[in-house]
Amino acid sequence: MMSKNVTRTLLSSMRGISSSPRLNYPQSSVSASKREREVIKSRELEKDELRPLYMDFQATTPMDPRVLDTMLPYQVNYYGNPHSRTHAYGWESEAAMEKARKQVADLIGADPREIVFTSGATESNNMSIKGVARFYKAKKKHVITTQIEHKCVLDSCRVLESEGFEVTYLPVKSNGLIDLQQLDETIRPDTSLVSVMTVNNEIGVKQPIKEIGHICRSKNLFFHTDAAQAIGKIPINVSDLKVDLMSISGHKIYGPKGVGALYVRRRPRVRIEPLQSGGGQERGLRSGTVPTPLAVGLGAACELAQQEMEYDHARVSVLANRLVQKIMSEVPDVVMNGDPEQRYPGCINLSFAYVEGESLLMALKDVALSSGSACTSASLEPSYVLRAIGADEDLAHSSIRFGIGRFTTEEEVDYTAEKCIQQVRRLREMSPLWEMVQEGVDLKSIKWTQH
Amino acid sequence: MAASSSRAQVLSLYRRLLKESRSFPSYNYRTYALRRVRDAFRENRSVEDPKALEQLLNKARDSLAIIQRQVSIGKMYETQRTVVEPEPKNL
Repeated sequence: MMSKNVTRTLLSSMRGISSSPRLNYPQSSVSASKREREVIKSRELEKDELRPLYMDFQATTPMDPRVLDTMLPYQVNYYGNPHSRTHAYGWESEAAMEKARKQVADLIGADPREIVFTSGATESNNMSIKGVARFYKAKKKHVITTQIEHKCVLDSCRVLESEGFEVTYLPVKSNGLIDLQQLDETIRPDTSLVSVMTVNNEIGVKQPIKEIGHICRSKNLFFHTDAAQAIGKIPINVSDLKVDLMSISGHKIYGPKGVGALYVRRRPRVRIEPLQSGGGQERGLRSGTVPTPLAVGLGAACELAQQEMEYDHARVSVLANRLVQKIMSEVPDVVMNGDPEQRYPGCINLSFAYVEGESLLMALKDVALSSGSACTSASLEPSYVLRAIGADEDLAHSSIRFGIGRFTTEEEVDYTAEKCIQQVRRLREMSPLWEMVQEGVDLKSIKWTQH
Repeated sequence: MAASSSRAQVLSLYRRLLKESRSFPSYNYRTYALRRVRDAFRENRSVEDPKALEQLLNKARDSLAIIQRQVSIGKMYETQRTVVEPEPKNL
């Protein structure tokens, strides 16, 4: 018992946690972010220091030079307000904006009139969830979503709950996919909206969107999907999928940051209550001047994504396999989180048992990686997505997300794999847990004393 | 004749695209541009139809102009090398 206590203390000091190891997220998120600053310090690179590799394509992507090239004229000469109807400056901006709208629509098989420009997927998600629920609130009071949605979806739902709506947060199976039967049973006569993300940002699983769309259509309720991580990476057609609302982000598809789009179906018509009041731009759904250069960039990124989808997907798959094979063949006890088949290959979430994710991230300072979504990376708590798929607390603590994209090279993948293998081995050698496992102790049988 | 002159055109464009792509200061843009140019030419190696060929040539010309502009911009805002890049030879 004594030695186990010691181990517990060691483990705690390793994690930087001195109290109970099973704190949950709301209680400790503030203190966790304070601790975080002590663990991984931010600092600027020195002038002649080498830059880390970028392996975090789910957080954001670099802009494609072709996108920047189409945007620049609108940052330089064509600065007219696209809503100005009385002069050439306005007309040329409007034409560019409408061309971009068509490019976005073409990528998802929609009509340009169904595309609303927004500031990004967070705004699109807020608009869809709050907008639909509030518009139909007289008759319908229920919204369904999943436990592994992006924070902006979950928080929008929380707001709805405080307004008197009921929200069901569907659990997911251990592979990260929702149970269609369970969804079917959860739907009530007063359900107005179902919101399920297409590709998860942390574990890369691809939900059965087509089947969900079919269920929603047959029950006559609206279906929203957050496709920020899916657009341009896998083929998506809103008619095939029977999606009514779809959120799109610019900076996840090699476009500019600060712009996104929302697809809002016209037939059957989806009504939403706008969040912003003002000049009534974007058919009154999203007041505010459309930022022409950003919209043009989003359009260009969508068109490129359409042209390059097959090429990029093939390459990303090859690189992802290469990374996983290399790591898994050299290091034992590595678990890949999420369904092995139903996934986008460019998002790889691996758990390295007996290694602290944060320590590994620190050790891999030459590679820009993350343990999960950027929005929650300030917190030391294990990701709620990993907890939702039923990952053990310890495995959830030891996960790292590798993001591969259009500009990733073989050298980068090899370097990352090599460093990763080396550091996992080093950290395991230091870990008392690993030592115990090597001695044949079943960690699950140990009753940790809390103190 | 027509075929050989277009062949010369294709080769010249290909070389210029590669040469220009090599000047991207950013490691990732440089390696991507080189790879994409090579793969695109390889993919369309057996295109014979003059109309399709002309279209592809125009696209390549546009790409060359984009690369030239973006290389210039890249040079204005150069940054540190990444950890996988070899040291530049002539410095």
